[in-house]
Amino acid sequence: MENRTDKNSYTILFAIGMVLVVGALLAFAASFLKPNIDENKRLEKQQNILYAMGVNENDESNANFVSTADAPELFQKYIEKQLVIQGSDVVENDQAYLIDVKKEQTNAKAGIGRKLPLFVGKKDGKTFYIAPIRGKGLWDAIWAYVAMNKDMVVQGVFFDHKGETAGLGANINKRFFMDDFIGEDLKNNGVFKGIDVAKGNADPLNKDKSDNEVDAIAGATITGNGVSAMLKSELKLYEPYFETLKN
Amino acid sequence: MGLLSKKDAKLITDPLADNNPITIQVLGICSALAITAELKASLVMAISVLFVLGIGNVVISLMRNIIPSKIRIIVQLIVVAALVIIVDLVLKAFAYELSKTLSVFVGLIITNCIIMGRFEAFALGNGPWKSFLDGIGNAVGYGVILIIVGFFRELLGSGTLFGIPVLGDPIAKTGFYAIGYENNGFMIMPPMALIVVGIIIWVQRTRNKALIED
Repeated sequence: MENRTDKNSYTILFAIGMVLVVGALLAFAASFLKPNIDENKRLEKQQNILYAMGVNENDESNANFVSTADAPELFQKYIEKQLVIQGSDVVENDQAYLIDVKKEQTNAKAGIGRKLPLFVGKKDGKTFYIAPIRGKGLWDAIWAYVAMNKDMVVQGVFFDHKGETAGLGANINKRFFMDDFIGEDLKNNGVFKGIDVAKGNADPLNKDKSDNEVDAIAGATITGNGVSAMLKSELKLYEPYFETLKN
Repeated sequence: MGLLSKKDAKLITDPLADNNPITIQVLGICSALAITAELKASLVMAISVLFVLGIGNVVISLMRNIIPSKIRIIVQLIVVAALVIIVDLVLKAFAYELSKTLSVFVGLIITNCIIMGRFEAFALGNGPWKSFLDGIGNAVGYGVILIIVGFFRELLGSGTLFGIPVLGDPIAKTGFYAIGYENNGFMIMPPMALIVVGIIIWVQRTRNKALIED
């Protein structure tokens, strides 16, 4: 007997049925879980911003966020205002942290003005300006929250990535890498220069804070270059705003 | 193994050594090279594959009599992709921290040839219980190699295990580093994973001559 599963009609019907069942299943799962996922992402943003300005629960060697339960309250406490910069317009908006940087980058490419969110936080009498930025690593997106003072000297930074290689590029979110950025000047003699993730800068302990360089991670050249490029191109956009702070 | 018949037990124990998916069947090599620079990543990948292969094998086995043979590969692909996506969504909703660690493996699991390899070679021709055991056995066999490779690469490449320094501090020159030991940066590159896997294959075949092909 010819096997009934070999018939073309059966094959097509099976394919259609399979697509419908699996599609419905995935759509149901995605929409059912969406509120939870969105909430997790929102809290993560608050945690990231707080981390960059030094509000975290770091132990000796590991990067730890404040707990998700405390995040909203601490965010209220430490973040004084949230700004949206568009050209020379600066407006306050307490939902600015929900701005999707990726979408804004696409808008900028399409010629629609880009909104730049900036968070102003205060801790122990020091003022922090925290910018969310986004770039490309080796495999996928990388992003960062960079806390600066009004002279664009980095006060703290949080990097993260979507899918960099475990053990290599993925280490950009480890403290040994992120902490190197603290104190680095984004400018050089008053001119914006960014910070390069440099190989062989003969400064592995990162003692020189004015060389616009931090030590790279071995085996993660492309991710490191992505970090350099992201810092340079994205933070440059914020430079005009920092100029206005001088007056 | 009182619970399992001798034949069933063999399904679990065989892939651990004499029919190991990586060293003998040469399945799942790509991910073995990609993610073994750290022990933690190896362990997470091993557990993820255990889960997907165990359940996937059962699903495919249950469907084995209704899957049209002409499109069976695509059907297998859809089953594994759907499984992985659902797991990823659930983790994102209820264990967000964990999902961030896992997200990089999601793509790797779908393309992992060990999964399709076992669906095709075993689950399509055997019952669900046997397929489940085969899935678990192969995933554990795969995981064991991953963990061995990850152990040596992280220890020799970074001087740490699970991110904890075990040989001292390479910059402050304490522990082993005080007597002139250096991390071998080459160990964290993928080619060294291939060499470590090669050494495991060599050791295994030296101990069991029956595995040597002509």
